[in-house]
Amino acid sequence: MHQVVIANRLTDGIVVFLGREPEWLEGLENCQPAQDAAQAEALLARGAAAEAEQFVVGPELIEVELREGVWVPVKMREAMRSRGPSVRSDLGKQAEN
Amino acid sequence: MYQYDEFDADFVQERAVQFGRQVEDRLAGKITEEQFRPLRLMNGLYLQLHAYMLRINVPYGCLNSTQMRKLAHIARVFDKGYGHLTTRQNMQFNWIKLSDMPAILLELASVEMHGIQSSGNCIRNITADEYAGSAADEIEDPRVYCEILRQWSSLHPEFSFLPRKFKIAVSGSDRDRAVIKAHDIGLRLHKNEAGEAGFEVFVGGGLGRTPFIGKSIRDFLPTQHVLSYCEAILRVYNQLGRRDNKYKARIKILVHEMGADVFGEKVEKEWAEIRETALELADSETARIRGFFAPPAHEKLDDDDSDLAGDPAFATWVEQQTAGHKKPGYTIVNVSCSPVGKPPGDISAAQMDGFADLADTYNFGEMRVTHNQNLVLTDVRKKDLLPLWQKLVTLGLATPNHGLISDTICCPGLDYCALANARSIPLAEKLSERFADQQKQKDIGEIYLNMSGCINACGHHHIGNIGIVGVDKKNSELYQLMLGGSAEEDASLGKILGRGFDEDGIVDAVECVINTYIELREAGEKFIETYRRVGPDPFKEKVYSAPA
Amino acid sequence: MPLLRDGKITEDPYTRVVGSDELPGEGPILVDLSRWQAERDALVAWGSEVGVQLAADESPAAIALDLEHIALVALEFPAFTDGRAYSYARLLRERHRFEGELRAVGDVLIEQLHFMDRVGFDSFDMKSAEAAEEWKTAQADMSVWYQPTGDERATATRLRRS
Repeated sequence: MHQVVIANRLTDGIVVFLGREPEWLEGLENCQPAQDAAQAEALLARGAAAEAEQFVVGPELIEVELREGVWVPVKMREAMRSRGPSVRSDLGKQAEN
Repeated sequence: MYQYDEFDADFVQERAVQFGRQVEDRLAGKITEEQFRPLRLMNGLYLQLHAYMLRINVPYGCLNSTQMRKLAHIARVFDKGYGHLTTRQNMQFNWIKLSDMPAILLELASVEMHGIQSSGNCIRNITADEYAGSAADEIEDPRVYCEILRQWSSLHPEFSFLPRKFKIAVSGSDRDRAVIKAHDIGLRLHKNEAGEAGFEVFVGGGLGRTPFIGKSIRDFLPTQHVLSYCEAILRVYNQLGRRDNKYKARIKILVHEMGADVFGEKVEKEWAEIRETALELADSETARIRGFFAPPAHEKLDDDDSDLAGDPAFATWVEQQTAGHKKPGYTIVNVSCSPVGKPPGDISAAQMDGFADLADTYNFGEMRVTHNQNLVLTDVRKKDLLPLWQKLVTLGLATPNHGLISDTICCPGLDYCALANARSIPLAEKLSERFADQQKQKDIGEIYLNMSGCINACGHHHIGNIGIVGVDKKNSELYQLMLGGSAEEDASLGKILGRGFDEDGIVDAVECVINTYIELREAGEKFIETYRRVGPDPFKEKVYSAPA
Repeated sequence: MPLLRDGKITEDPYTRVVGSDELPGEGPILVDLSRWQAERDALVAWGSEVGVQLAADESPAAIALDLEHIALVALEFPAFTDGRAYSYARLLRERHRFEGELRAVGDVLIEQLHFMDRVGFDSFDMKSAEAAEEWKTAQADMSVWYQPTGDERATATRLRRS
């Protein structure tokens, strides 16, 4: 199972992701997901630290999978958060790509 | 409409400054999210799927053109160029930055607007009939009492930490356009045999996961006692409402578990103690507030409909979108914000600005937001309808679907909302496309199609003649179909017809329901009337016998 | 817990006696409702002030007839979101005419103090000693009140008439 941490950024609420790379990313494409439970736990700990530092709100682990060479969230809800509203393809992350 | 005096202006300005300070504290890391969350919610700021969402109160649906232009400005400068009209007559913005909030609140305060109590377990925005003051069938103007209740409920020290949120709606006409029986308190203005105005009081209505139709606990409450009676209801609820389970914390559960009779007795007993206090409305105060809602300077006009034919598209729009007015030569205009194939209730900054101009030109600078997520102009001269329509066409606000199947009520659903289990907007779009043909819609006639993306029922699915609710079944969207709901004076709750459908399946199922209705209906019979006559079985048979 | 009274942090003269704990030798005591009900006569004869603490599900109706013997009523907020005590406070002040000390205990936050102040509380069991300073700031936030409560503050409606 592959996992990343998802959260909202405090200042603007924008959805951000955390994988094994050093920084939070606004998109999932370049995320390096945790590949096992230990890595996932480490990610969540970094998420919690970022929340304590008041950088993000509500960090949680989500499951991702490779589809056509890109990481995407497994659950509908997080898929929506990673793209933007399905009814407005001109808005959100999907519009920036 | 009501205008702030120095007290109201100070109140909103002070609250804006206070919340601005709390936001600065949060951004500086002085307070945690846990501490901040209740503060932001009390000011209408949510954290949703994509960003912060700000809900701005439109008191009982009344807006003026200056306020609408301010909302357009906020949409353009601080959001992504649009807003969303809600089923509680409010406006929401979906892409707000926390760091912009202090500035936004000051902008809003400058036009007598705010987000105070648009969330939280307190008394929310009071809602009312969108035709208030103008409807031909009006008995008394509900806005007077809405404003009195609005002030009384603003930061009420006793009722800001209720077991759960609390919604009050007021209607003043024979026809209930304010869904009063689906509210925690529903107030129906009517007259007694002596010709005096008073309220019939309903309590314990509500939708959500356990829907109830409100129950009448008093036939006639003299209007001067409206605050003391509401205070008595709230006081009983605040002490006895359940706090052990948030899904059982609304007043409807208390009323249901206790029985409306017993609840009513407790209210009456409490009321007897407080009816002759400072809460009793002085005639002078009611008159002062009533003054704000004096009718605009109507001209003396003949009731001449001769100009209303001509262009068939115009004639169709007039027939569908206008409603009876008190004054000859005037009409109420419903403006649809549910165009075919678009998200119901979404309105762009350009449309807001354009509509504000139309309100200035044709409607004394005022407008209404409806619980059906549409807009209304309440005092239009019939002779202005043609130029008004032409300009609405240009703005994309001239869809002639008022009360028809494509004029859906629809919550934001999983496209925006953190609580949702399934999307609702794509469904509204598909259904409105399926039934886009105007002739077909007219033939189907008056019908209300409501949909929600979860059981919380912001899309009022229980009280749609046809209701749809989305659920998440093993990570895919499943939609359940309900029939037989009604939001009006004959309010009723729809019942689930049978197993659920996927997105395409539900659209087909709704079409099948409609075709069955057309087959079964007697002359002049509306959908809800046919359903009530024949019951669910014929519909069930058709819907579930169709090839899968 | 620091006690906020009259705008400043003060020494709490009361000894809190939880449940059936032993009573102190002397001095003001704050007992639970159950203790008051069980030992009412002895407590009425107590040589110093007696206070009664009500849990969130204990209505002040239970002590309404005893208030002449009670110097302090403490109302509990098990969580700041549990607002029952706001109604209890108004009933004590406005219905039962209680004139002694009315104290908020439990999850008492700065942001709630102006609500508590308005319904009749006059002392607050705070989480920190900085509370007094913060309250001074917060108190200045709002100057307009719409609801008549027992605190006699002039409402907007009354001020408009004058």
